[in-house]
Amino acid sequence: MVTTTTAPAPARPSTPGTGRTKKGRLPRSKLPYLLLLPAIALELLVHVVPMVVGVWMSVLELTQFQIRDWSAAPFVGLDNYKATLDVNGPVGKELLHSFWVTVMYTTLSVGLSWLFGLFAGVYLQRPFPGRSLLRTLFLTPYALPVYAAVITWTFIFQRDTGLLNELLTTTGLADDRPFWLIGGNSFWALLVVSVWRSWPFAFLCVMAGLQNVPSEMYEAAAIDGAGFWRRLKDVTLPMLRPVNQVLILVLFLWTFNDFNTPFVLFGGSAPEQADLISIHIYRSSFITWNFGQGSAMSVALLLFLLIVTAGYLLVTNRRREHA
Amino acid sequence: MRETAAERWSRRVVLTLLTLFTVTPLYVMLSSAVKPLRDVQGAFTWLPTRPSFQAFVDMWSTVPLGRYLVNSLLVSSVAAVVSVAIAIFAAFAVSRYRFRGRQVFSVTVLSTQMFPGILFLLPLFLIYVNLGNATGIELYASRTGLVITYLTFSLPFSIWMLVGYFDSIPRGLDEAAQVDGAGPMRTLFQVILPTAIPGVVAVTVYAFMTAWGEVLFASVMTDENSRTLAVGLQGYATQYNVYWNQVMAASLVVSIPVVAGFLMLQRYFVAGLTAGAVK
Repeated sequence: MVTTTTAPAPARPSTPGTGRTKKGRLPRSKLPYLLLLPAIALELLVHVVPMVVGVWMSVLELTQFQIRDWSAAPFVGLDNYKATLDVNGPVGKELLHSFWVTVMYTTLSVGLSWLFGLFAGVYLQRPFPGRSLLRTLFLTPYALPVYAAVITWTFIFQRDTGLLNELLTTTGLADDRPFWLIGGNSFWALLVVSVWRSWPFAFLCVMAGLQNVPSEMYEAAAIDGAGFWRRLKDVTLPMLRPVNQVLILVLFLWTFNDFNTPFVLFGGSAPEQADLISIHIYRSSFITWNFGQGSAMSVALLLFLLIVTAGYLLVTNRRREHA
Repeated sequence: MRETAAERWSRRVVLTLLTLFTVTPLYVMLSSAVKPLRDVQGAFTWLPTRPSFQAFVDMWSTVPLGRYLVNSLLVSSVAAVVSVAIAIFAAFAVSRYRFRGRQVFSVTVLSTQMFPGILFLLPLFLIYVNLGNATGIELYASRTGLVITYLTFSLPFSIWMLVGYFDSIPRGLDEAAQVDGAGPMRTLFQVILPTAIPGVVAVTVYAFMTAWGEVLFASVMTDENSRTLAVGLQGYATQYNVYWNQVMAASLVVSIPVVAGFLMLQRYFVAGLTAGAVK
């Protein structure tokens, strides 16, 4: 047992990530490292080491023939990457298609989820009867296990037994029953499910952020004659800026990497029109057993996400400083 | 501040639409679970012809739902408890000590959560298979492997939330305990943890939910014996002839514990998020 004579750091208002320098003594103790050891060991095993291995795999020819003894897999250099990024080749062409589907899906889903969350948050700011009931209700989709929620949507989208087509035919909006889970409609079905599942998270974050807006700010704006939209633009949105910065990034990453929604909605294989990139890589790896190719795609995806994230943080931070 | 009539009406319209959107699938799940089989085989009906709880009985024998449930319960509980225990120590270190690498640790751990799961799925799959072949410890297709995988999924956010809670506990309490001769471990267990109980409970529920709802790794890392609800229910819903009333009943049963847990603790989640958001 390591005994230590160090006093805890003096009270400080900072949380991790603010990069504030310490004011007090710097305890030279091994104890913090010992406390972190289990967390670090597990993160290494499940995240860091596999990531390194993944990069290594991406330069190997690793198919079902090498899987039992993968140290014998031949080194192929950047061949997997060439095939992945060659938009004229069959592999690259399909990947590019999947990429654009994912970009569309992510843009629409993040935009709508954020909008829904914002308006729900703003409209639930002031007390009225039934407010806490609505809040609880809105959070329910977020708490539901993803497969239970998405399976229910699968039922709703069934051509012959589902609620949606029943609604469309009885109201006369559609003459015959369209398919929702195959063909072009599948993209929109996927989008609806995605928004349904992620807007409550946006709502939760907006709600947390709005708790810090003093109501005097609204009073003052109202006295100045600011209407709903002016108050939204001049008070709410600026005050929510730090929350939005993180929220939109997190929503973007989650949605772009979304695997669960299409996987459960379409039962393991997505139609071409809704072939999100995670599903595409999964199928390229596990259906064809070409792990080297799949790894190259994963690494390319990671690089793309890192560049987008870095660019986003750069732009939003600069704008924040200028604001 | 008064609300104009236009504002009041737009509020009502927006909230009504969002409520309908949210409620529809929940209603479909609830109402279909109490339908007799005949009702879900034709066109959709809003109400059961006669309420029936037969689906809740039949679902256990159509697929081995009981086994999936036990697997999910075991994996999720063990993963949640171990994850929170590890997170408590890590959060204590980050909150109460200044040490080299503190920033790096916090940032790295949080950022792993942002990476695409598919990226480390393939290597992890191969690592588990090969570790198993080399050492004889079953990781692939075993519940142990799932527990290890899942607990790292909830660790980053658990640590982050607990740091927020621990930071809000005044250091004066620590110092008082130290004056009484308490070491760091006694300070943690007798001073900090009792004060942070709501946070610890919220984080435990979060870790449980994470494991309970995971689909991607479960679909690759399990076999017939270690299959969890995530994969089992999906197989149930993609059979040739789907008994939708049973599938809805099963979905309802597996949702109730986590939804109830989350909704009961929602204000602690909001508090945890607020602590992170206002930094």
